[in-house]
Amino acid sequence: MKEGGGPVVALAGNPNVGKSTLFNALTGLRQHTGNWAGKTVEAAVGRCRHGGLDYTLVDLPGTCSLLAQTAEERAARTFLCSGASAGAVAVCDATCLERGLDLALQVLELQPRTVVCVNLLDEGARKGLRVDLEALSRAMGVPVAGTSAGREEGLEELMARVAEVVERPEPPAPPEVRYPPAVEFAVASLLPLLREKLAGRLPARWLALRLLEGDGELLDGLASSLAWDPRTDGALAPALAKARGELARSGLGPEALGPALAAGRRERAEALAGLAVQAEETAKADRDRRLDRVLTHRIAGPLLLLLLLAGALWITIQGANWPSAWLSAGLFRLGDRLGEALLALGAPPWLYGILIEGAWRVLAWVVGVMLPPMAIFFPLFTLLEDLGYLPRAAFLLDHAFQGAKACGKQALTMCMGLGCNAAGVTGCRIIDSPRERLIAVLTNSLVPCNGRFPALIALIALFLAGAGPWAGARGAALLTGTVLLGVGGTLLASRLLSATVLRGVPSAFTLELPAYRLPQVGKVVVRSLLDRTLFVLGRAVAVAAPAGAVIWLCANVTVGGATLLSHLTALLDPLGRLMGMDGVLLAAFVLGFPANELVLPLALMAYCSAGVLRDPADLAALGEVLRANGWTEVTAVCAVLFTLFHWPCSTTCLTIARETRSVKWTLLSIALPTAMGMGLCICVAAAARLFQ
Amino acid sequence: MCAYVLSDLTPGQRGKVAGVAGAGALARRLWDLGFLPGTPVACTARAPAGDPAAYLVRGAVIALRDRDAARVALEGAPWG
Repeated sequence: MKEGGGPVVALAGNPNVGKSTLFNALTGLRQHTGNWAGKTVEAAVGRCRHGGLDYTLVDLPGTCSLLAQTAEERAARTFLCSGASAGAVAVCDATCLERGLDLALQVLELQPRTVVCVNLLDEGARKGLRVDLEALSRAMGVPVAGTSAGREEGLEELMARVAEVVERPEPPAPPEVRYPPAVEFAVASLLPLLREKLAGRLPARWLALRLLEGDGELLDGLASSLAWDPRTDGALAPALAKARGELARSGLGPEALGPALAAGRRERAEALAGLAVQAEETAKADRDRRLDRVLTHRIAGPLLLLLLLAGALWITIQGANWPSAWLSAGLFRLGDRLGEALLALGAPPWLYGILIEGAWRVLAWVVGVMLPPMAIFFPLFTLLEDLGYLPRAAFLLDHAFQGAKACGKQALTMCMGLGCNAAGVTGCRIIDSPRERLIAVLTNSLVPCNGRFPALIALIALFLAGAGPWAGARGAALLTGTVLLGVGGTLLASRLLSATVLRGVPSAFTLELPAYRLPQVGKVVVRSLLDRTLFVLGRAVAVAAPAGAVIWLCANVTVGGATLLSHLTALLDPLGRLMGMDGVLLAAFVLGFPANELVLPLALMAYCSAGVLRDPADLAALGEVLRANGWTEVTAVCAVLFTLFHWPCSTTCLTIARETRSVKWTLLSIALPTAMGMGLCICVAAAARLFQ
Repeated sequence: MCAYVLSDLTPGQRGKVAGVAGAGALARRLWDLGFLPGTPVACTARAPAGDPAAYLVRGAVIALRDRDAARVALEGAPWG
């Protein structure tokens, strides 16, 4: 009866219960997961084969409940109400079962064909918790399966339970949550009418409870999806008014009903969790609290945050040196061979120029300079993420964001921006308030992304870090300072936006500090290499090769006695000089719009008279070229500043346009960092001229 | 006698929730997180700037800004 697409099964659960990990393990689909709440910002869909059937799994966004009005909860609720799913899996965290069961009970009210999945059993075991799945299943009246998704344990069992619950002829009839008698009475008075009108489209009891609660927004949504508004229904409206009147008389007016229902559910969840969980000791929970005390300590906390950032950057700089040199030397040599082969085949020089000197060399540069730092930084970042450190960082930084009248979760999106600004912009969906989300989107590109790190590292190493055994450490310190400048710029710009175009008071927000988890290092490395490094690299490569060809043409096609590139640089030169740089570098920034990592190679290509890019491996040679073209420390400082603060790359701009659905905000997101960078550069250049 | 609220807790102190003031999205979120009458809570940490603070409630640690935590009323005085 369910051939073809196969039954659709929704995965619901609290944020950060390992739902995405479970989804990945079941479907083999690589969706990024991390240890913080709200990571799944869009429902992902994947297939899972079990017992000859193809199940379609839908990974709903993590939610605290199904009743609130954040984008995630609305999405999860709408999906479960739509009747599109043949069953559901309510994923719970074994280490925090009560909260998960609370949501599971809400899912059960909507979809009785539900399997309760107690995930993170391994975490629980480490904390000395044992979960009696049998007892839980008996008490809840639905199948219960235990999993440790990170180790891919219990998945078969889970899918067997899913198959069982989806295929049984009659849905299970789990015992309902009992609410106070007055509520039960009111519900009972509405049920017959609702059952008749709904004809099975929605569970009548659930709708009755929502009608009594009277959450306007939620009911508006339901009314439009049902194409029937129970609140204005001729027969139902008077019954509803009567029931609500009686509830109010027994002390459960609109204000009190919400907490009463929440408490009823929570008591049941508490009882179920108490029944199922045996705690042997709480040493691990104590360890978490102790760790929290250190990591959020008044002095040690911020210091550690700074050290971690600097340490990660230092490891990246030091570790990337050697593979970078090796990679680019190899790729350039390979390019030479390819070129020889091309010429031997009788290709005209212009084709050789476009393909080898243009496309291939820019590509080789981008791969050689970008891949090693990315391959080091992304796994380090993912490790911190999996450990559960990032929410602590957001906790430490929140006060500053509060001062900027922004959301504390912006610190998380900023961290994502360190990897890739486009990812950071998408990540801003974890911020509930539209005003604060927009602030986070508009300011995301003020922290340097991985595409800008190589240029920053090279400029700092060549001009600012000096030489000697401590050059690496000094470089890391300067780079950390640069990132901090970006953070400062983010806060300043956020405050500015809050005071002008995005005025408002900071909205309430709750940030979960999840349990620390020991990351599985091997998995993290492989996953971040596959998911992030290759993804970002692939995108950069896709732009780099054509951009390289175009630039080569610009540098070699002559119009009116000069190349196109020299026309452009001449045009931009006055502005570039004013900003402490020159026309070539500014032109490189303009032409580097498709991808930030192109800026330095483009500038080099323009400097080298032949319009040909050289092997970047030899940093000293790079320095000589730049110095020969009049670069000083001031030029390098201005270049660093403008690398930090200028327009977002094309991918980020497109992402911003998609997220804000507004030309105006996208233009502002381009203008804001550009204005900041130009202002800073002009000031620095003017100051340098004064003191010379 | 003055009533205590969640934001009065200092790290290490415990209390018991009496209720959440008002209704609306934040109140709903706080109930969902388990800040319900009778629930024991503890403050586990305070950010360096003094705000926000983190609270242990029903096995989860949740950070709240003082302005929001002040809406959670406590039963009696904090202890610990």
